[in-house]
Amino acid sequence: METLRKFEKVCEIVDQNDRSAARLIPILQAVQSEYRYLPEEILTYIATSLGISPASVFGVATFYSLFTMKPKGKYIIRICDGTACHVKGSMNLYEALRNKLTLKEGADSTPDMLFTLETVNCLGACGLAPAMVINDEVFGQLTPERVDSIIDDILDKEEKNEFDTHGA
Amino acid sequence: MSEERYVTIDNKTILIEEEGNLLELVRKANIELPTFCYHSELSVYGSCRLCMVEIEGLGLVPACSTPPAMGMKVRTNTEEIRKMRKIIVELLLANHNQDCPTCQKGSTCQLQALARRLGVSKVRFKKQNRELPLDDSSPSLVRDPNKCVLCGDCVRICSEVQSVGAIDFAYRGAHTVVIPSFGKELDKVECINCGQCARVCPTGALMPKSEIEEVWKAIYDPNKVVVGQVAPAVRVALGEMFGLEPGVTTTGQIAAALKAIGFDKIFDTSFSADLTVIEESNEFINRIQKNENIPQFTSCCPAWVKFVEQYYPEFVNHLSTCRSPQQMFGALAKEILANDLGIGPEDVVVVSIMPCTAKKFEAKRPEFNHNGMRDVDNVLTTQELGRMIEEAGINFRELEPESFHLPFGFKTGAGVIFGNSGGVSEAALRYITEKITGEKRDSYEFTTVRGDNGMREATLTVGSKDFSLAVVNGLGNARNLLERIKSGDVHYDFVEVMACPGGCVGGAGQPVYSNPSIRHKRTKGIYENDRMLELHKSQDNPYVTELYSSYLGDIGGEKAHHLLHTSYKTRKRISDEDMTFSSGDDQGFEVNVCFGTGCFLKGSQKLLRDILEYIRSNGLHSSVKVGASFCFETCDRGPVVKIGDKIIEHCTLDKAREAIEGMATSTLKEVQRNA
Repeated sequence: METLRKFEKVCEIVDQNDRSAARLIPILQAVQSEYRYLPEEILTYIATSLGISPASVFGVATFYSLFTMKPKGKYIIRICDGTACHVKGSMNLYEALRNKLTLKEGADSTPDMLFTLETVNCLGACGLAPAMVINDEVFGQLTPERVDSIIDDILDKEEKNEFDTHGA
Repeated sequence: MSEERYVTIDNKTILIEEEGNLLELVRKANIELPTFCYHSELSVYGSCRLCMVEIEGLGLVPACSTPPAMGMKVRTNTEEIRKMRKIIVELLLANHNQDCPTCQKGSTCQLQALARRLGVSKVRFKKQNRELPLDDSSPSLVRDPNKCVLCGDCVRICSEVQSVGAIDFAYRGAHTVVIPSFGKELDKVECINCGQCARVCPTGALMPKSEIEEVWKAIYDPNKVVVGQVAPAVRVALGEMFGLEPGVTTTGQIAAALKAIGFDKIFDTSFSADLTVIEESNEFINRIQKNENIPQFTSCCPAWVKFVEQYYPEFVNHLSTCRSPQQMFGALAKEILANDLGIGPEDVVVVSIMPCTAKKFEAKRPEFNHNGMRDVDNVLTTQELGRMIEEAGINFRELEPESFHLPFGFKTGAGVIFGNSGGVSEAALRYITEKITGEKRDSYEFTTVRGDNGMREATLTVGSKDFSLAVVNGLGNARNLLERIKSGDVHYDFVEVMACPGGCVGGAGQPVYSNPSIRHKRTKGIYENDRMLELHKSQDNPYVTELYSSYLGDIGGEKAHHLLHTSYKTRKRISDEDMTFSSGDDQGFEVNVCFGTGCFLKGSQKLLRDILEYIRSNGLHSSVKVGASFCFETCDRGPVVKIGDKIIEHCTLDKAREAIEGMATSTLKEVQRNA
């Protein structure tokens, strides 16, 4: 029923945007925030309902780096690797996070899809270097130890949530 | 009167007339600016930057996207421009696969030609080795992204001229590629195989798929009788590959060349086109009398047929059920010719020479086979035949003309004009007028349906009745027309559609051309060819008459139906794009609710919810897999639900419940039986 609910949401998004091809980007943004990525079959559906070809929707979805067609985790960690952060050792943080999350070679997401780890070129928070964002929250002046505890906090919170859901 | 406007190009004064951009004006000054991405028939894109010129006061600008203005002083050949052009070509070559000697594009490659023309003797940039996979999934085309220069010509012709949009740019920067949606293979998406992308591709990134090797193999096999059929448009274009003027008819030389190559029998697709005229015209007269499925659409063009099957399921019944001339010939060859020659149909190899890449797809359609054997075994494009002639070392220009074999080598002019847009209509009119009035007419030309426009219409009075016709080429024009027919804005009795601009003479299998004037010369050549022939009306073809009396029986009769007609199906544009909401086990069956636009508006969303609810409350969720599909392409009869193999149109919960119960019972029985 979860898939159906989400799909109905897509129908709603497309309708709210008047089924207009000019509104493709806002539609994709809204769909991505619903699914955390852009599933192929949903893009085909969007193309059909906007009367444009799936190839051009695919073109837009692959052009902008904020769109993703790969499923992403619930928490998206973006480590800044802009000049300032890089100089301040952002790559050490990246490695620390990979170890912490035990990410396998070539994988960016944890198998339970809780975390996805990415690097970005600049978050515009150079004064806080090295910095990262987790979803919409910015963390600055990081050290590998601090990163470790931030992840632990999230894990604790998730465990508690899980317990609450099951307990209810 | 407005004042005359002019620009100065390399110190010559050039008058501005209708030219919308500087590039056209420079061409008028007899200067050939290099360009990859400029085509007069497409929108201006300005991506290749090869047509840069220097304008006094403005500096360097791309000529293609600069409108001419009074008094502009343009220079096309400064030191800076020359240097820049070379760098552009070098950069393109640096990430271009350089297997030039083995590339099938050969001498028609514009990148190669430009490198030579601009004197690029060395590429100073480091070669980028990114090996992208070759896509040869399509029966018609091969896509090699390693040879792509990203000019976007293919993308624009597919969406602007054909309104299909099967390929587009994807990704960004150095990773940009032109690919079908989701990186799928070409035969898994909505490509209609017209090949116009390959026609405009300046390099070998998109090429017609070659069947030359298979044909040589058949020729060398002593047990096979290789039968060739030559389409009308081939005869006015093949000569171009051997330095002849476009439009020069080389029918006799083609026959001689095919014999020299080793074909055993050579026939003319124009013969089966004559047959098509008779079958299709009678079908039309019948439909008019019954007022059924009007307008009747022609069905000779396989790209157009696939287009209707994909996008306009409501019009599938309007397509003439006649097979295309290629397939009529194939069926006759396998059935009659094999018999006449005293051999089995498995030993007859039918090879078509076509101006078309979609014909390769058509020949492989499952409908067109004879006890499991394909009616047409191989399809060669005009280009491929040219290459075989070259390979065999035949001096085409010096060949003594020879004639085709009888009976299927004899044609009338009506069968020949099939090569032009408007030709099928004119050929049908030559038949219909005499059939309806019962009188022989002296004249045979119907010039009202001729012309170069992508969309033409004509009204003709035959006997006491007025017929309205539309002649369309380019599927974008066809889409417009279909929308207008659907909305009731226009009414036609007969509609001819050819996917390629100009009809088959402009097909993607023809020698590569970019200037429309070449196509116009071919068109003229076809009409001249018609005039030169002894007979002009299909009904006058004695061999066609003979075929009906000795073999086929009645026009549109049982035998004719079996050999000369076919049926169509609606098809999904993109394969494998379903969503699953509830997954059953292996022994269960599938319920698919259509969520295409049409069905969605007709309430498929609520229907899906209701069906899921029903399945859950009846404990069926383990045996039924429920999903959503995007378009069964039967939008006019939505909402559509597919249950097992059964498609339920105008579906309601009750109808779905009934079908699911039926399926559940039979599945249950099967399970018990197996147990």
